[in-house]
Amino acid sequence: MKEYLKNTWLGIYTVLVGMKITFKHLFTPAVTIQYPEVKLKLPERERNRLYVNIDDCIGCDQCSRACPVSCIDIETVKSIPGEDLGTTSNGKKKAFWVTNFTIDFAKCCYCQLCVFPCPTECIYMTDVFEFSTYERNDLVYQFSNLTKEEAEQKKINFANFQAEKEKQKAAAATAPKTENPSQPNTN
Amino acid sequence: MALKTETMILNMGPQHPSTHGVLRLELEIEGELIVNVKPHLGYLHRCFEKHAEAMQYNQVVPYTDRMDYLAAMGNNFGYVLAIEKLLGIQVPERVEYIRVIMAELQRIASHCVAIGTNGADIGALTPFLYLFRDREYILSIFEETCGARMLYNYMWIGGLSHDIHPNFVRRTKEFTSYFKNTIVELDNLLSYNKIFVERTANIGILPADTAINYGATGPVLRGSGVKFDLRKDDTYSIYNRFDFDIPVGKGLQGTVGDSWDRYYVRVREMEQSLRIIEQAIDQIPEGDVQSAIPKKIKPPKGTVYTRVENPRGELGYFIISDGNTNPFRVKVRAPSFVNLEILGELCKGHLVADVIAILGSIDIVLGEVDR
Amino acid sequence: MYQYFYELTGSVIISTLITAVFPLVNVLLVALLGVYLERKVSAWMQDRVGPNRAGPFGLFQTVADFIKMLQKEDATALDIDKKLYNIAPVLVFAGSFAVYAVIPFSSKLIGSEIEVGLFYALAVSSFVVAGILMAGWSSNNKYSLLGAMRSAAQIVSYEIPTALVVLAMVMFLGTLSLSKISEMQTAYFWNWNILGGAEFGLVKFLLIPFMVVGFVIIFISTLAEVNRTPFDIPEAESELVAGYFTEYCGMKWAMFMLSEYGNMFAVSAIVSILFFGGYQSPFGYLGNTLGIEWLIPYEQAFWFILKGWFFIFVQMWLRWTLPRLRVDQLMTVCWKYLIPYAFVNLIIIGIITLL
Repeated sequence: MKEYLKNTWLGIYTVLVGMKITFKHLFTPAVTIQYPEVKLKLPERERNRLYVNIDDCIGCDQCSRACPVSCIDIETVKSIPGEDLGTTSNGKKKAFWVTNFTIDFAKCCYCQLCVFPCPTECIYMTDVFEFSTYERNDLVYQFSNLTKEEAEQKKINFANFQAEKEKQKAAAATAPKTENPSQPNTN
Repeated sequence: MALKTETMILNMGPQHPSTHGVLRLELEIEGELIVNVKPHLGYLHRCFEKHAEAMQYNQVVPYTDRMDYLAAMGNNFGYVLAIEKLLGIQVPERVEYIRVIMAELQRIASHCVAIGTNGADIGALTPFLYLFRDREYILSIFEETCGARMLYNYMWIGGLSHDIHPNFVRRTKEFTSYFKNTIVELDNLLSYNKIFVERTANIGILPADTAINYGATGPVLRGSGVKFDLRKDDTYSIYNRFDFDIPVGKGLQGTVGDSWDRYYVRVREMEQSLRIIEQAIDQIPEGDVQSAIPKKIKPPKGTVYTRVENPRGELGYFIISDGNTNPFRVKVRAPSFVNLEILGELCKGHLVADVIAILGSIDIVLGEVDR
Repeated sequence: MYQYFYELTGSVIISTLITAVFPLVNVLLVALLGVYLERKVSAWMQDRVGPNRAGPFGLFQTVADFIKMLQKEDATALDIDKKLYNIAPVLVFAGSFAVYAVIPFSSKLIGSEIEVGLFYALAVSSFVVAGILMAGWSSNNKYSLLGAMRSAAQIVSYEIPTALVVLAMVMFLGTLSLSKISEMQTAYFWNWNILGGAEFGLVKFLLIPFMVVGFVIIFISTLAEVNRTPFDIPEAESELVAGYFTEYCGMKWAMFMLSEYGNMFAVSAIVSILFFGGYQSPFGYLGNTLGIEWLIPYEQAFWFILKGWFFIFVQMWLRWTLPRLRVDQLMTVCWKYLIPYAFVNLIIIGIITLL
């Protein structure tokens, strides 16, 4: 009987205690914000969409290798002598045309591992987080500033240069060949 | 003539409001009485262990985030401890302190979700939202420190990805003093509420020996009255420097090892975590958090097993190195996976409504169960 | 009201229709505002904002939801019992709507002024069980079936404490007519039954604690009858997805919601009639002091609706505070706690009334 009355009392009392707490909260201001109109101020270390400052990129491929999900795709073409690519903002000389620099944000896991190895600090994370699209392919961002034709041209230039070099090499190789057989003759 | 009766199979999940993710439970019920429970796993399998073999050692860290996504700091902690042991690195004092504070903050955040969802499953939605409000505070501290809210990749092998933010100490102190009120409020609103007690006390009783036999760890084991906490019993990092207690289930409202005990252990554990944070936050020494990070991570041949006390129990990493830049094998002992096995044992003879109360008190994260 | 329109138009059909439309409009308004208030109250209690986009303060949110509901495809599951499946929502709504026939909104605004109003209300509200069982059975879904079974057991059980408290009140008041009960608690709040009724004397003061107990019992059991938390186990979302209306969608689903909110107001109305003076104002009437006779019924309607909404608010308040009970505990609360207390209360009120 004592247990019975105690249960009844506890049932009513704890309910009233709970009701008191929720009633107090009825008058506390909301902690939520009205998102699209009001936006939180994001901290400066915010890790969201990557950005590549392609003017500073030297095409070293380190970010791509650091990426655990392989979402960075870089294609470079070596510059031919006579082409001046300029220097990066921290004074490194650029030696590669970056013909293709894509980041697939559908794959990206925002781990920031690509940011640290970059020697010129040209890849970094921004605070842009609203970039959803209707098409999955729209999440593949192209950061290279070369147009397709330019990129093709660079490739052709380099191939031509390479072919030229090969020819010279071949020419250079054939020249000592004629000399070589003469060596044993001296023996 | 006896009426022919048969049991009914009820599929709970993978899309069900209270299976905490994509767990599918096949309940064999007689009326509302549970005859048998069969959990079906694997809906969230992402081949973490196989993936890790193709990754360099430091690239695995973001993958560990995604196992127990409610306690990513703890997962990072265990992994980096294992590799540091393999490499024989001694990390700076500052790193140790920051790691401990982060892990304890993460424990509070994780328990907030565990307690909140346990209550929400039983029908009390309001405490759930209060706890999420306070978890948000912790997440914003994390966000300020490392830029991410859930999947931090914060602890690196030999150091940390960022030093703490200048505001970190102030905000953490603010949080610890503020969160104590929330615990009091939670106790009044939910813990001692008669209906909540009725729903959880004497439900899903897990005796200590059964818990040990099944290999349960964390609050599930401690709820059964076993005083076992890796932070004390197999101490790692600098946990031996702090003064804290291990709360265990005492059967205050019913029997030792019931759902209420498991719930209550979590509430009291949050208080202990606050204690650790309060001690550690004033002692953070000066130093460089990245000084011990090795340039190239190529551990010698060998195996290592480290375990840490994650919010859900003992998280163990078994790593085999063959001397390459990639691990040869990474095996994870996931606490949720081990704890989930008890479910069938606990549910037998209870009602359908108890299944969710028990499942909530075991507190699984499917990301970790399936990996 | 019926009489008034009958004299005005002389047609049975027109006057019946007009009297029937008023509660229907009330039910619709209660549902629209009730859903809105539910969302707002829950949001405020949880430190949120709640709906605030559709219209000023989000007031049109439920209207927008209603329009969405109307446009929805009427999808039905395979192998359902079509006939029962389609009748069930209508039956549930009819059950909750029929109660409004006897509810006196003011001294002039009653659908039907029958002598056994209270009895009728109790009887017709249990009609809902049939609809719920039909819905659960015909859906061919295990969750629905479990929900329906729970609901049937629950509603049938909780009729008993309700009836016992009503019985005590009937003993005390000596009438079953809702309008007469309201009339007896006239003018000021110290005449309300919760404060011992209109008769002044020793009996009044002796009665107060037992009236409070009676009120608590009937409030709890009506909560259970309309399936609100902590007794919402038939539709316990975390266990049974949505209980007996898991398979319903669109307008049929909306019918269940309508009847739920209609029921909420109906039971609030009955509780306020029995204990809180019904349509009587707590502070006297402005119409009396100003000498404007026609104002009084409007004032009465205002007070009645205000009281109804107050109890709806309390129901919501409880819902967002408490967890829900389990099936067997629900029965325990009813059979082991509420019914004994109601019996004791009945006997004591009987003795005091005899004094």
